[in-house]
Amino acid sequence: MKIIDPHIHMVSRTTDDYLALAYCGIHTVTEPAFWAGFDRLSADSFYDYFVHICEVEPVRASRFGICHYCWIGMNSKESENLSLAHQVLKMLPEFLDRKTSIGIGEIGLNKNSRNEIQILQAQLSIAAQRNELVLIHTPHLEDKRKGTRLIMDLIRNESRILPSRVLIDHAEEHTIGEIKDNGFWYGLTLYPNSKGSPERAVDTVEIFGSEGVCINSSADWSVSDPLATVKCANEMRRRGHRQELMDKVFYHNPNQFLSQCPKFKAL
Amino acid sequence: MPAIKAVEMYFPDNRARLLEIAAFLDRIDRYESGDQARQDFRYRSFIKALQILLEPDGLRTIKVQEALSDPTREPIEAVADSKAYGAWKPGDGDEDY
Ligand SMILES: [Zn+2]
Repeated sequence: MKIIDPHIHMVSRTTDDYLALAYCGIHTVTEPAFWAGFDRLSADSFYDYFVHICEVEPVRASRFGICHYCWIGMNSKESENLSLAHQVLKMLPEFLDRKTSIGIGEIGLNKNSRNEIQILQAQLSIAAQRNELVLIHTPHLEDKRKGTRLIMDLIRNESRILPSRVLIDHAEEHTIGEIKDNGFWYGLTLYPNSKGSPERAVDTVEIFGSEGVCINSSADWSVSDPLATVKCANEMRRRGHRQELMDKVFYHNPNQFLSQCPKFKAL
Repeated sequence: MPAIKAVEMYFPDNRARLLEIAAFLDRIDRYESGDQARQDFRYRSFIKALQILLEPDGLRTIKVQEALSDPTREPIEAVADSKAYGAWKPGDGDEDY
């Protein structure tokens, strides 16, 4: 079966991982800009990082027949450093213009602080001006429900952004209902130990339906699994779900959301 | 799918998880200063969440998520060294839960 992974950090993965993606039918991936696992010292480090995801990864991916797109943005974790964040914001237009960058992301909140909110608001305004798709990172653990609500309030206040052009990622059982009610897309992240399991992701599709959901691995530099989407699709199969439903959740849904950016073409 | 099929498919894994939880709680009972540990906000949230598991209403997952969530609405002033624990730690002046 064909799968699109709409959230995976390939800068942190090996060439063997690209090969595994290719074997498993994951031939289109999108990579959001995020925290590197440590706080970067200067805006130059972000410049190099954006070059990496706009230029280097698409070439690496293409060797394996994989189509690689990216999202450009200032992550919430480093947004607490306002002076650094404002320097990074100035770079965004240059990289949003690149031919494989498909929107602003992943932006959002990490600890729900006032500085994080200020930088998120600035990026929502850039997204609105440029009519960019938006990929939202929500906080983890006990901060998630509060953060998701704060983020949705901020987006609703930016009336130029259509909810149907925003995907709110790392949703869990207690945030999905409100995200859907507000007309946003939502992402489910499969992350061993700390986030959702394949079983819970399939429960979610059974409970909330298959509309407006994209499932991703968020595979990165920490304990994570680039084949998590395949394993989740297998869990659906094991429960007797139809192939068409699996194709919708793992291919047609992400294709529908991402294709709102004319630069995006799925393999 | 009939529910009994879900019992057949998922019982072994969840039996193992149940024993992990029991062993985790026994460990706290066995080690020194257990009373102090049982006052910790994480332990108390955990016990509260376990009680939710006994309500057969199909909403157990959402209720456990809510029991472990920060119920406040206002942004925090600065991140400083605040960290995520997986359970909400009431601050000074916050009502107990
Ligand atoms: Zn990510």
